[in-house]
Amino acid sequence: MGRKEDNIRKAQTIIHKPRYIRNIGTVAHIDHGKTTLSDSLIAGAGMMSEELAGRQLMLDYDEQEQARGITINAAIASMVHEFEGEQYLINLIDTPGHVDFGGDVTRAMRAIDGAILVVDAVEGVMPQTETVIRQALKERVRPVLFINKVDRLINELRIGPEQMQQRFLRIISEVNRRITEMLPDDLGKEWRVQVEDGSVAFGSALYKWAISVPLMQSSGITFKDIYGYHEEEKLGELSKIAPLHKTVLNMVILHLPDPYAGQKLRIPVIWKGPPDSDLGEAMIGVDENGPVAFVITKIIMDPHAGEVATGRLFSGTIRRGQKLWVVGMPNPERVQTVSMVVGPDRISVEEITAGNVVACVGLKTVVAGSTVATDEDAIPFEQIVHYSEPVVTVAIEAKHTKDLPRLVEVLRTIAKADPSIQMEIDQETGEHLMSGMGELHLEITQYRIVHEHSVDIMASDPIVVYRESVQGGGGPFEGKSPNRHNRFYLEVEPLPTQVMEALQKGEIPSNQRIKDPKGLSRTLVELGMNKKEVRNVVWIQNNNIFLDVTKGIQYLHETIELCKEAFIEAMNRGPLAAEKCMGVRVRLVDAKLHEDSIHRGPAQVIPAARSAIYGAMCEAGRILLEPKQKVVLNLPQDVMGSAIAELQSRRGLIEDISQERDQVVITSKTPVAEMFGFATAIRSATQGRVLWSYENAGLVKIPQELQGEVVGQIRSRKGLKPEPYDATYYAA
Amino acid sequence: MGELVFIGLGLYDERDVTLKGLEEARSCDLLFAEFFTSSLVGTGPRRLSNLYGKKIKVLTREEVEGGDIMVEAAMSRRVGFLVAGDPMAATTHVELRLRAHRAGVSTRVVAGVSALTAVAGALGLQIYKFGRITSIPFREEGFEPLSPYEVVGMNRAAGLHSLVLLDIQEERYMTAGEGMEYLLGCEAELSKGVFLPETAICVVGRLGSSQPLVRADRVGTLLEEDLGTPLHALVIPGKLHFMEVECLSEFAGLPEDLAQSFNP
Ligand SMILES: Nc1nc2c(ncn2[C@@H]2O[C@H](COP(=O)(O)OP(=O)(O)O)[C@@H](O)[C@H]2O)c(=O)[nH]1
Repeated sequence: MGRKEDNIRKAQTIIHKPRYIRNIGTVAHIDHGKTTLSDSLIAGAGMMSEELAGRQLMLDYDEQEQARGITINAAIASMVHEFEGEQYLINLIDTPGHVDFGGDVTRAMRAIDGAILVVDAVEGVMPQTETVIRQALKERVRPVLFINKVDRLINELRIGPEQMQQRFLRIISEVNRRITEMLPDDLGKEWRVQVEDGSVAFGSALYKWAISVPLMQSSGITFKDIYGYHEEEKLGELSKIAPLHKTVLNMVILHLPDPYAGQKLRIPVIWKGPPDSDLGEAMIGVDENGPVAFVITKIIMDPHAGEVATGRLFSGTIRRGQKLWVVGMPNPERVQTVSMVVGPDRISVEEITAGNVVACVGLKTVVAGSTVATDEDAIPFEQIVHYSEPVVTVAIEAKHTKDLPRLVEVLRTIAKADPSIQMEIDQETGEHLMSGMGELHLEITQYRIVHEHSVDIMASDPIVVYRESVQGGGGPFEGKSPNRHNRFYLEVEPLPTQVMEALQKGEIPSNQRIKDPKGLSRTLVELGMNKKEVRNVVWIQNNNIFLDVTKGIQYLHETIELCKEAFIEAMNRGPLAAEKCMGVRVRLVDAKLHEDSIHRGPAQVIPAARSAIYGAMCEAGRILLEPKQKVVLNLPQDVMGSAIAELQSRRGLIEDISQERDQVVITSKTPVAEMFGFATAIRSATQGRVLWSYENAGLVKIPQELQGEVVGQIRSRKGLKPEPYDATYYAA
Repeated sequence: MGELVFIGLGLYDERDVTLKGLEEARSCDLLFAEFFTSSLVGTGPRRLSNLYGKKIKVLTREEVEGGDIMVEAAMSRRVGFLVAGDPMAATTHVELRLRAHRAGVSTRVVAGVSALTAVAGALGLQIYKFGRITSIPFREEGFEPLSPYEVVGMNRAAGLHSLVLLDIQEERYMTAGEGMEYLLGCEAELSKGVFLPETAICVVGRLGSSQPLVRADRVGTLLEEDLGTPLHALVIPGKLHFMEVECLSEFAGLPEDLAQSFNP
């Protein structure tokens, strides 16, 4: 029997013993070595032959990921590792390393209980390091720290053991500061990583060695020895006496929670049902005899099997042929196959029990984030939160019109598998608009449409996603119906900051039926809104709220649905540049209606209420918001000047410059609109001596002096007259 | 000086206009018409044109609601605006008249024969005993008003008749059957016993034509009957005067047992 088969057989016995399971992930700033670490772990522990590991980046099996050397799909590898005479099953879930895929990272977190945080010893804690720590802690995923690329400290930077240890201590204290900041006190203390107890290891993912302080003590290996192996270029030997996979996987087994410990802490945070219900108890207890509760974290398109839904099974047992409910769907669905995931392979099994990572075929209506359960009415898991909204859009067309129906289908599947992609159809042009987290995110998705789904497409240049909002208050503004027999009076105002934050985090859902109006009103009051105005929340669209504050107007109930339509239209197409609005509170304060219903149908009411909203927005002062990115450059001092010039030519605001030896770290905030082609430009400005990364940093009001010009450009692109209409137009 | 004259065309075809209306139309410099608030089913713009010896420009809803075309033309010329029925029965035109007046254009109204009285007349119901008029719109997304049903309910509670007009939209005329189904739908939702299959109802149609429809029976019965082509209108009777009962029996085929039920 081969090693791989042997491991699979062992794994199949461990899956019934949660104590011996660890569901973990690796998280890191881009290029800090997450992928290399994962591959070396897999190579060391088995499931794949050692020779292969060097050449093939196992987890990066997506063709596109390999071509770009970026990890995109959260794939899973299961490894069997022996520790103190026991066999453990370690499910390693790879998380994407690029900020463009932030949505994916958060989803992968739902499946795991612990994470190896990889930090590059040379670069230290970077902005995305902070982001991934936050994402992990928010889901109560416990971290251990692996300080990587130590070989470079020795070989390239040539720093001595003293300085090296200081560097480690600095990284550790920076990581711990964030852990304690982001967690409740007790837990923050407990979860700090510590050199002494071995929850920190350091080494080289590339040369496959790693060591921790307890291991140094027990094995007698010293810093001096490590330097010695480097000087004599005997890294192979070092990796024999201190093999990476042993050190790191031992650390995982010792310090990261098993499903019992993990779920006990995590369920109350990620699931808001009653903990003493059957389902609550089963999940907290990882009960394989309890009801099924399965959260989908990833959907992969398999050319043979079709859609494969992968996720974490928190309680119960999933069997082949079983009928399960996708919560919120009208009919149960049958599980066609159940399998363990081993990198690109799936090993089909008859059943899988609570605490494991599972792949299922047959659940047709799931999307990433769905809850799958035995019980039709099971309370679903908390929505998986996205931290950022899409910032760029491309318009997509099928190259050959005959492919159009296929394209529509493919786009639907893609949106399902990656909720951080938004698809829309442009009402005027009929084009398919695809929005995502960045230029690269969209490029990769386009590549997939062509290469995985075999549809030839044409795509427009990427366009920045702007938003419209208001500066202050405006109205009541009178909107008249075309027959002039109906009048609506509306006011607008910016939403309070706290309400806006809750909307952006998805704590208050937009664009869906309001399920619990009382609860919503209560939340809004808690967030600082007036009790009277939130008594009647009509609708929430794109993070804008529509409130009916009128009293006792006859027939208003027959037109409120139409006012809602008008609000939705106005919030989808703002008055300035026909971009979506955000952060606007719209209040209906009065209405005068025709006696007879025929004279106040959709053709009359919708334009009237819409004009009133637009007019009030004109009075309030219309503003355009643009997405910004935090850009961090790491470069040698002598090219700093040209790098700063490059940033400034792109309206970049330099926020911080810090220096370490001859390396400079520049932090800036730059509008996405100015970032196109930045990769090439900064490379040539620095003769290729720059390391850089970026993160979406929210929407910011565009400078007043630029607004007119940008609005004109957007309007012309959309075939509108360059000047937006003013209040007089909407009053007519 | 220009002038805007609203001319009512009456019920059915080009011969329902009053003699005064005809003379007015002939003497105008320019003629406009609209057929979306009401419509002359028995004729078309061409026959009207021939009768008045002038071209007629038929306006869309947007053009009439915008109003500028007619007001501007009437600044310097005598403009006739042809409307089926009695022109000011369509409230939209009241607003147009106001605007023209405010723009300094003098206006006049030439009344026409209106369904509002003709329906009562055809059935033999007394105009004094009608309550609020209501109309039933075609259902649209987000717009399914229940107020027509409520108006009928209030009228009935007060012992008054309800005249129910039916929607016209771009060559689509709501039939009496569709109107009754709509009210039955409201009944299903509100269950106030206002409109049931056993409820007595009057249906009139094609008034002004040689084959008008004048019927009175139970809702359930009339739903089964072929009521012919539009325009239709409904009347839900309240309390009936003995003379009204007799008229409905003689002119509208009200069945004996229903007639009995109305007699005190
Ligand atoms: N010298 C050295 N290079 C490393 C080490 N680990 C990773 N790298 C290199 O760093 C680059 C980024 O690594 P990768 O694993 O793709 O990073 P990821 O973006 O975090 O997945 C690659 O060129 C790796 O070969 C290490 O321990 N030492």
